[in-house]
Amino acid sequence: MNRYAQQRLGFIALGAVTLVVVIPILLVIGNIIAQGLGAISWEFLFGMPRAGMRAGGILPAIVGTILLTLGVALFAIPFGVGGAIYLSEYARDTTFTRAIRLAIINLAGIPSIVYGLFGLGLFVLFFGLGVSILAGSLTLAIMTLPVIISASEEALRAVPTEFRTVNASLGGTRWQGIRKIILPQALPGIITGVILGLLRAAGETAPILFTVAAFYLPRLPQSVFDQTMALPYHLYVISTQVPGMPLQIQYGTALVLMTLTLSLNLTATLLRRHFRKRRQW
Amino acid sequence: MAKISVQQLNFFYGSKQVLADISLEIEDRKIMALIGPSGCGKSTFLRCLNRMNDTIAGARVEGKILLDGENILAPTLDVTRLRARVGMVFQRPNPFPQSVFDNVAFGPRILNTHKPKELPALVEASLRQVGLWNEVRDQLKQDALHLSLGQQQRLCIARALAVQPEALLMDEPCSALDPQATLEIEELMRTLREKYCIVIVTHNMQQAARVSDRTGFFWLGKMVEEDATAALFTRPRHTLTENYITGRAG
Repeated sequence: MNRYAQQRLGFIALGAVTLVVVIPILLVIGNIIAQGLGAISWEFLFGMPRAGMRAGGILPAIVGTILLTLGVALFAIPFGVGGAIYLSEYARDTTFTRAIRLAIINLAGIPSIVYGLFGLGLFVLFFGLGVSILAGSLTLAIMTLPVIISASEEALRAVPTEFRTVNASLGGTRWQGIRKIILPQALPGIITGVILGLLRAAGETAPILFTVAAFYLPRLPQSVFDQTMALPYHLYVISTQVPGMPLQIQYGTALVLMTLTLSLNLTATLLRRHFRKRRQW
Repeated sequence: MAKISVQQLNFFYGSKQVLADISLEIEDRKIMALIGPSGCGKSTFLRCLNRMNDTIAGARVEGKILLDGENILAPTLDVTRLRARVGMVFQRPNPFPQSVFDNVAFGPRILNTHKPKELPALVEASLRQVGLWNEVRDQLKQDALHLSLGQQQRLCIARALAVQPEALLMDEPCSALDPQATLEIEELMRTLREKYCIVIVTHNMQQAARVSDRTGFFWLGKMVEEDATAALFTRPRHTLTENYITGRAG
């Protein structure tokens, strides 16, 4: 076989492998849309659940998930991005900072149910926040931090060193360089990391299990100290805990959750493209 | 009195001595060229003059550098103020990924030396100083990275000048440029010489001969010889210098 034939064969093989990867994703999405679209109605999206969740809407779960995600953003973005700036721009390479980095990498590998138990112990019981949106957001935020820190630090490190040097040579302080040059340049990467972290938080069930999620609470939360329903947990509940649940409602709930996360994902992609157009290095 | 007076300067990276016992007087409104083979310490020396070596872990400096009589190596010195007084131009043109205007206005903005409404005049004056105004006057809002490399380097010089420094350090400012752009920068240096004290590090001996008033020859961390440029290139006192400028060594 000559080398051109080899190359053609290689391309075909690689293309086939890629197709095999993409097909299941499309099948999952297609299946959920096909089976769930029938459930989507005004009442389903904006109504309260009725008849033991077998009828009515899922509004409390949608609102709960949105509130939790916002809560995660509120806590995880300042601490995550702040920590990344410290690690990338200020911290010297010492045993201490290496230990911190190692801890962050390992935090990302902890099973989410462990975060759930940790949140129960620390926020719900020790700080006395009770089973609440506040406790759930904080638990999810801690789980999200490693993603945000790693992605942000990487994005900051990717900004060429010479910009820092030039800033210093013009009499700028390190912080001025970060604020005026480094951070704006790293923003696309940081935003991507943040949104990926939020996505993960929005879709998690285990961390909210003991910290915020309500089994059946057909009203909207009144304060951050309220429990709330949330989409992933609701999906788990109606799929396993409620006998005689119409299949269409399960798929409809899955479709709503998927649409929510995919649209976040799309936002991340669009923002990244928008910022990247301006970047030239 | 010399603008910059370097006295018995030693510089170490960890235990490695990079500069040994350098003494040098640099006059105002003159161009001092520093030549020598790669790794001879001339760039390290240049970066001592605005303390850009400060951030390097394990770097240590001994001796004195007086700027208008004030020792800039004093630990109490505010380095950001020093760097505003001693500007720097780098090897590769490195404008920020911002508009032409924002690049020039960067220094004045962070140092808060000018009111926002004074900035356009300052930017224009700085761009005129480097002969770039007529070329970019209609592109002030465009990204600086659209300019040619030669224009970018002149923009970087304008950015340094906008801070209104007293001295300008140039670290091989033409090594990334084509011959035409190189000539433009050299031409520019001759006009800047009327206002500033300029120190240029260069690999290009013809360039040193063309633009500088005095030349210092560095070899293995020592300054072998320093003299009026014409004298150094025609009657070097030292064999090392002679070998280097005639191309037999380095």
